[in-house]
Amino acid sequence: MSIISVRDIHTQFDEKIVHKGLNLDINEGEIYGILGPSGCGKTTLLREMVLLQEFTHGNITILDKSLSNISQVNAQSLRRDWGVLFQAGALFSSLSIEENIALPLVEYTDLSLAMINEIVKFKINLVGLKSTDSKLYPSQISGGMKKKAGLARALAMDPKLLFLDEPTSGLDPISAREFDALILKLRDMLGLTVVMVSHDLRSIYDTLDRVAIIDEMKIAYEGTLSDVATSSSDFVKIFFK
Amino acid sequence: MASNLTYNLQGDKLSIKFSGELTLYTITTFQKQLQTISFKEVSLIALDLHELAYLDTAAAIFLIKLEEEYNTKSKKTRILCFNEKVLSTLELVKMQKTITNSEIKINDTKGLFLKSSIIKINKFFYGFLLFMEFFGKVSMTQLDYLKSLNNIRYKEIAFELNESAIKAIGIVALTSFLIGVVIAYQSAYQLKLYGANIFIVDMLGISILRELAPLITAIVIAGRSGSAFTAQIGAMKITQELDAMKTMGFDPFTFLVIPRIIALMIAMPLLIFIADIMGIFGGMIVSHIDLGISYELFLDRFREVVDVRHFFIGIIKGPFFAFLIASIGIYRGLIVKNDTQSIGLNTTKSVVESIFAVIVCDALFSIALTNLGI
Ligand SMILES: Nc1ncnc2c1ncn2[C@@H]1O[C@H](COP(=O)(O)OP(=O)(O)OP(=O)(O)O)[C@@H](O)[C@H]1O
Ligand SMILES: [Mg+2]
Repeated sequence: MSIISVRDIHTQFDEKIVHKGLNLDINEGEIYGILGPSGCGKTTLLREMVLLQEFTHGNITILDKSLSNISQVNAQSLRRDWGVLFQAGALFSSLSIEENIALPLVEYTDLSLAMINEIVKFKINLVGLKSTDSKLYPSQISGGMKKKAGLARALAMDPKLLFLDEPTSGLDPISAREFDALILKLRDMLGLTVVMVSHDLRSIYDTLDRVAIIDEMKIAYEGTLSDVATSSSDFVKIFFK
Repeated sequence: MASNLTYNLQGDKLSIKFSGELTLYTITTFQKQLQTISFKEVSLIALDLHELAYLDTAAAIFLIKLEEEYNTKSKKTRILCFNEKVLSTLELVKMQKTITNSEIKINDTKGLFLKSSIIKINKFFYGFLLFMEFFGKVSMTQLDYLKSLNNIRYKEIAFELNESAIKAIGIVALTSFLIGVVIAYQSAYQLKLYGANIFIVDMLGISILRELAPLITAIVIAGRSGSAFTAQIGAMKITQELDAMKTMGFDPFTFLVIPRIIALMIAMPLLIFIADIMGIFGGMIVSHIDLGISYELFLDRFREVVDVRHFFIGIIKGPFFAFLIASIGIYRGLIVKNDTQSIGLNTTKSVVESIFAVIVCDALFSIALTNLGI
């Protein structure tokens, strides 16, 4: 069943056209990759999916809600159903790691503080951070730790959907592989649907079920990695040799 | 290794010999040296690189440009070189050059002035529309806030109150004290001439309570909190914290904007009150020392001649000034672009614009109140 469907998306910044009619479908429970050369508009597409940016034309449907002219109430309920990990983590710098993770729980639920603390501890362990790090502020931790903490925050509300923008870039190879394993584990345990942008070939082969490759403003290929050779795009030919 | 340029003119043949290491540090000297050579009779030029030990890419660009320049002056120019490394550097630069040349240039300069001014006007107008949109959103969220007490974010407001009121007390008090001292000192001199010493109380009372304390406070707060709002929110935009908030369903207007505006609107009247006290206190001390007016006399006279409405007018201005300062500061923070320069630019603009807005607002108050006869 398709959980996200993108139909004929056009995007334009001033004079610059980024997307010219993108179509793709993301199924429930799969790890879906958006690939393509630098500057082809992967981040832009992801931002459009999470309501941070408007597209010029076309429509995106997520969890049966259409994003064009979405009502405030529907938008708000979607936002509780997804978690987003930004390229640099985007933790709130005035809050410590555990406060960052606790924030959505504090705002959206009536859980007791003790309960919230338990949940936060669990999420911190889950993403592979040490519990001693939880009191630190974002300025005191490394880039990789920020990504992990950002993931823990994205997972705080047990979302159905997880959006990741280059989750393994800037991580050392060991952490990157751990991250991949974590994503796979989460999908299997929690039944998440994961949409991620990635340039990391290992991570692409290890985790992705299906991919969409954006090249020259269009989708050059959509499908499983085993059939990727059928695409005629130059980028695909070079990237997957 | 030092590098060297020697040239040798033989009839219509010029040979320019480079030796040593030709790098970006030596180009300018050579350029100057070459300009002194007169080429009139020359028709053949050889750029001799045989003794060159090292060539960097900047120097390669220089050599190729030199070759082109001489060629266009219809002198036959050749680069002589056997060194593989030097040749490959030259080749690399030539190749990049052909690539950049083949890229089509779209920039036409026709009608550039008209076009750029239209774009500027358009941008200005768009900026104005954006500010109006911001205003609209602020008002809507404010209304939502008032619908239910549960919506009010007390914690954020309290935090901002501490930041922009409690921590500002010292500087506001000191500034207004000094202003009181200065005003009293200057007017004491004039009043003494007429023997109208006691009127200093009327003067200080009305000018400080009604105009100076609110203005001084507003200027200090614009420089302090207005700039802080812009820088904080601008930085949050660059680190994508604002985006993160939005995707988590936390509306930046309820979480960041309204608490700051409300906090400042509460803080400002209190700060003006403190500025009133300190300003008058400063004036009182100078009156005592300079004009020999005792504190009791000063306060007695103060009660008699300074109407309480002057005090209230000063205080009432507070929330208005606060609203202007906070909304301009926050708006400037929200429109910061994704670069650090933009934070500096917008911070400067936010302070300048909010002080300007405060003064305009104060002028409007003056006109309105005078016409109302208050
Ligand atoms: N706010 C903006 N204003 C103007 N142009 C933009 C804006 N955001 C993105 N672009 C343009 O859109 C194009 C796509 O950008 P995007 O960030 O989506 O690329 P990307 O595929 O994520 O690249 P990368 O792999 O390098 O992260 C780029 O050419 C960029 O110049
Ligand atoms: Mg990107």
